[in-house]
Amino acid sequence: MAMAIKLSLLLLFFLASILPTFSIFQDQVGFMDWHQRYIGKVKDAVFHTQKAGRKRVVVSTEENVIASLDLRRGEIFWRHVLGANDVVDKIDIALGKYVITLSSEGSILRAWNLPDGQMVWESFLSGSKSSKALLVVPANLKVDLDSPVFVYSGASLHAISNIDGEYLWKKDFATEGSIDVHQLILPGGNDVVHAVGVTGSSQFDTYEIDVKNGGLLKHTSASLPGGVYGEILPISGDRFVALDASRSVLVLLTIQNGQVHLEQTHVSDLIHGSSVNTVILPSKLSGIFSLRTDDCIVFIKVTNEGKLNVMEKVDKMVVVSDALSLSEGEQAFALVQHGDSKIELSVRLVHDMSSNHLKETVKMDHERGFVHKIFINNYVRTDRSHGFRALIVMEDHSLLLLQQGEIVWTRDDGLASVIDVTTSELPVEKIGVSVAKVEHNLFEWLKGHMLKLKGTLMLATLDEIEAIQKIRLQSSEKSKMTRDHNGFRRLLILLTRAGKLYALHTGDGRIVWSTLLQSLRTTSQQQCSGLKLHQWQVPHHHALDNNPSVLVVGRCGLSLTSPTALSIVDAYTGKELPTMGPAQHSTVQVIPLPFRDSTEQQLHLLIDADKHAHLYPRTPEAARIFQREAENVYWYSVESEAGILRGYGVKSTHSSNVPDEYDFETRNLWSVVFPSESEKIIATVTRKPNEVVHTQAKVIADEDVMYKYISKNMVFVATVSPKASGPIGSATPDESVLVVYLVDTVTGRILHRMTHLGSQGPVHAVLSENWVVYHYFNLRAHRYEISVIEIYDQSRAENKDVFKLIVGKHNLTTPVSSYSRPEVTTKSQSYFFTHSVKVISVSSTAKGITSKHLLIGTIGDQVLALDKRFVDPRRSLNPTQAEKEEGLLPLTDTLPIIPQSYVTHAFKVEGLRGIETVPAKLESTSLVFAYGVDLFYTRIAPSRTYDSLTEDFNYALLLLTIVALVVAIFVTWVLSERKDLQEKWR
Amino acid sequence: MEKGKGVMSSRKWAVDFTDNSSTPSTRDIPDPPGFIRASVDQDDSSLTRQKKDAESNWKSQKAWEIAQAPFKNLMMMGFMMWMAGNTVHLFSIGITFSALWQPLSALQGVGKVFEPYKDSKVDLLAPKLLYIALNLGGMLLGVWKLNTLGLLPTHASDWVSSLSPAHEVEFSGGGAALH
Repeated sequence: MAMAIKLSLLLLFFLASILPTFSIFQDQVGFMDWHQRYIGKVKDAVFHTQKAGRKRVVVSTEENVIASLDLRRGEIFWRHVLGANDVVDKIDIALGKYVITLSSEGSILRAWNLPDGQMVWESFLSGSKSSKALLVVPANLKVDLDSPVFVYSGASLHAISNIDGEYLWKKDFATEGSIDVHQLILPGGNDVVHAVGVTGSSQFDTYEIDVKNGGLLKHTSASLPGGVYGEILPISGDRFVALDASRSVLVLLTIQNGQVHLEQTHVSDLIHGSSVNTVILPSKLSGIFSLRTDDCIVFIKVTNEGKLNVMEKVDKMVVVSDALSLSEGEQAFALVQHGDSKIELSVRLVHDMSSNHLKETVKMDHERGFVHKIFINNYVRTDRSHGFRALIVMEDHSLLLLQQGEIVWTRDDGLASVIDVTTSELPVEKIGVSVAKVEHNLFEWLKGHMLKLKGTLMLATLDEIEAIQKIRLQSSEKSKMTRDHNGFRRLLILLTRAGKLYALHTGDGRIVWSTLLQSLRTTSQQQCSGLKLHQWQVPHHHALDNNPSVLVVGRCGLSLTSPTALSIVDAYTGKELPTMGPAQHSTVQVIPLPFRDSTEQQLHLLIDADKHAHLYPRTPEAARIFQREAENVYWYSVESEAGILRGYGVKSTHSSNVPDEYDFETRNLWSVVFPSESEKIIATVTRKPNEVVHTQAKVIADEDVMYKYISKNMVFVATVSPKASGPIGSATPDESVLVVYLVDTVTGRILHRMTHLGSQGPVHAVLSENWVVYHYFNLRAHRYEISVIEIYDQSRAENKDVFKLIVGKHNLTTPVSSYSRPEVTTKSQSYFFTHSVKVISVSSTAKGITSKHLLIGTIGDQVLALDKRFVDPRRSLNPTQAEKEEGLLPLTDTLPIIPQSYVTHAFKVEGLRGIETVPAKLESTSLVFAYGVDLFYTRIAPSRTYDSLTEDFNYALLLLTIVALVVAIFVTWVLSERKDLQEKWR
Repeated sequence: MEKGKGVMSSRKWAVDFTDNSSTPSTRDIPDPPGFIRASVDQDDSSLTRQKKDAESNWKSQKAWEIAQAPFKNLMMMGFMMWMAGNTVHLFSIGITFSALWQPLSALQGVGKVFEPYKDSKVDLLAPKLLYIALNLGGMLLGVWKLNTLGLLPTHASDWVSSLSPAHEVEFSGGGAALH
């Protein structure tokens, strides 16, 4: 038996010793991977309809994406994902051929070529202090053959050339007192730009500035005794409206002959009824403004005499678009009203508010929630009348185009903001498939294999090769809704920032179901958001009639003490189960316990802000199980701000403070306090709770054995000196020290501590089995480094006597306690690494036998698979023969980046935020899901698929070969018989 | 057939005058007068003994030769093993297994090998023992080779390499506060 294992291990080793390259062929792309491109929740959209041939819309999103979308199908023409800190403030189209974007609080102005999205120019705008960012792109203004773009940012007004991004002039408002500019207005016809703002919250100012040289032409100011809430909104050329600080008085400002007239109106006089939380909506409609209170939205017209007339009162859930100029100088805007499973879109003309210009009712999936934003655009119909199309952004961040009462296309852009990922098994296939289906399948199967055979024998024509490729890509096998033998087909369950849960099929990436979680919906009272997604019930042995389900933990409110929202969702149907209501307590941590009740529900401990533990599910059985195990359950918290690690134990006895039998008090057991003047916590990493480790022994050269220290209760903590906690370059090498710790979370014992002098963060780390790999910047070498620490159990190292092991006299299987304080040793090594890293993950397999791959999300938004053997601390310059046989590589100072080992091959996962690995049932294979703005899924086999034939294995060829061999045997037998007979007759 | 014909044509017939039979009862014709069968036998007895001695000598010599035969085999095997090297591949595995199998099959057929030399006067025990010892030596060589190839579970690593991690008594979870 042992020999068989050894043989198979050796065989494995030989397979693995061929340095693996995981490149795939061009025709294998899309065979087991898929890639989806998203843009995120749209916050601004500019339509482009100059050329009738190319109808597109340019959008900017909350994921810092600017994209050009096809208005006909919603596809992405081009897309740019700006950095995480490069928030897009404004976008516009200039001269009909450039997209102008203002980002990073107005400090970066870029122009992109509209047709293909290439950057034309980029300008950095410096300002004296941070302020609002405003962008005005004049439609047809010429200044000395140049058409400028006006940007207000950093308390200065900049004029920048449209053509090459050159500075024309700059006007600094910081010298004019601390004015806060709210609006930039460019009245048509004049060569002036108006800057309207507030100084010191009680003085209204307008500046008229010459567009040619930035000279100040006129300055008007007036005092606002009531202060200002929100922004000043322009009504027409010389009229502005503002809300005073108490939010109860509307102030109408009129500029006449350099004088400012103020007129105050109480909101309660206009709106008869409650006027709490009044805001002026920023929709710019000429002569009209809209006001939102807690009950309704009111449209108010400002007459030429300066009177305010309430025109209409609509429901507060109505969404209003910006005004759209129609050809005859009139303006239109759109309103969207949400009904039951339908929405009503109405377009009105500004000067004729009494009637709807257009009213359409569109059926809407209620899983998309309310309408959040609307952008409208017009087109001229064949009968010269105006048609309208509306781009609407829904509560689940999806983007829809409505035209002529129908949804033209939908984009599920909520998937660009995935918070957490888990997986679920698919249902088991039912027995009893109809005969006709089998026959059809058999025929198809044979046909497919004959085609493949032709391909293998190079007999296939071009069309047939195409057909083969199509069969391979669209194999119905991979997108079935049932469990498969290899465990490749699964549901990826994604929780998005919008509070929507999606289930994606791993086979082809299609959305199986999606649910807008009712318990996580943001209401006007509170803002809810999802935090964590956990597997709740995974029926395997018992309760097989139940569907698997997932637990969603959210928070309603912004602070840590806000109440918790809990929801359990059926993983097959996406229905929210009514078993759990909202919880009264807050949640700062969710701890899945390694215990299950009789219905295979996983026990969870939710820790609230007062350090009380709340047990879920709330059943007596779960309480019983927990009571039994409570004395061995601990938890810890990392307080990064304070620089403290605290460990707690759960008190199983009840006290008067805790009312419920499912709530437990905890007591502080230990604390690790990092000195705040020299260390600041920047990263903590633990092992994945569901990670499977195959063995505790590591066989090294010369048949020697080392025992791994495998503990799930270990946390890796990285600290840097406070000076070095900023970006790279902010501290000198002498000031920056990176210290890493391995801490036992039961006892608070520091298992290992290591100092990297002259190094600093950001630290990205992954902890698996008995090793931790972390990435940081070495300031002295000016390079990134990856270090590895492997931790071994010294207290077991004596178990080396073969006879004792044979008769079982060893302590290797006795349960271990952290309180026994096992002696540990570590081995570590550092390597240079060329890339900066966004995220590190590690492959995981079903039994943990297969060797591991580090999955490194690079700064280029790709996922690189790096064999763990490269980051082995035992690599030496001249490995001995035995070490070479073990598979140790000679030491190099740099880790190699093999271009073929990018698992994302030609794709980029823009805005990469996380890489999730899930074991397949097949031991050799691990499923990898990378998410960011884009989604990418593939399968990897770190030691190759040693336990299965490849999917494109040609069974027909094998069958044919066998048949040919049998025929050949028969023929040769007959021939030899005949010859023998002839011999005998001679 | 052709060959047989040639032989037949060269010698048509022959009469054999020698009589090898020893029992008169098998013949119908009585012995000619003056012919005493026993005297012939007795006359030859010293000669036959001599002959028999020579034969048994020859047999024991042959048995010793056979007993020593595995030694050559052993040497050859050793040489082959040395050639095969210490890494596991098809050649070395084949050699090792043949080195294990050959002595085993030889030991199984130890009686058969010495069957032709069985004689009441010949002592086959010593050659047999030598034969067995040499074959055992061959087998040991094979086992030793197996060990050098690392295919014998003689190290601690062979017994613990698939030992699953020990169960942990305590459980701890947690981390930074969720945001």
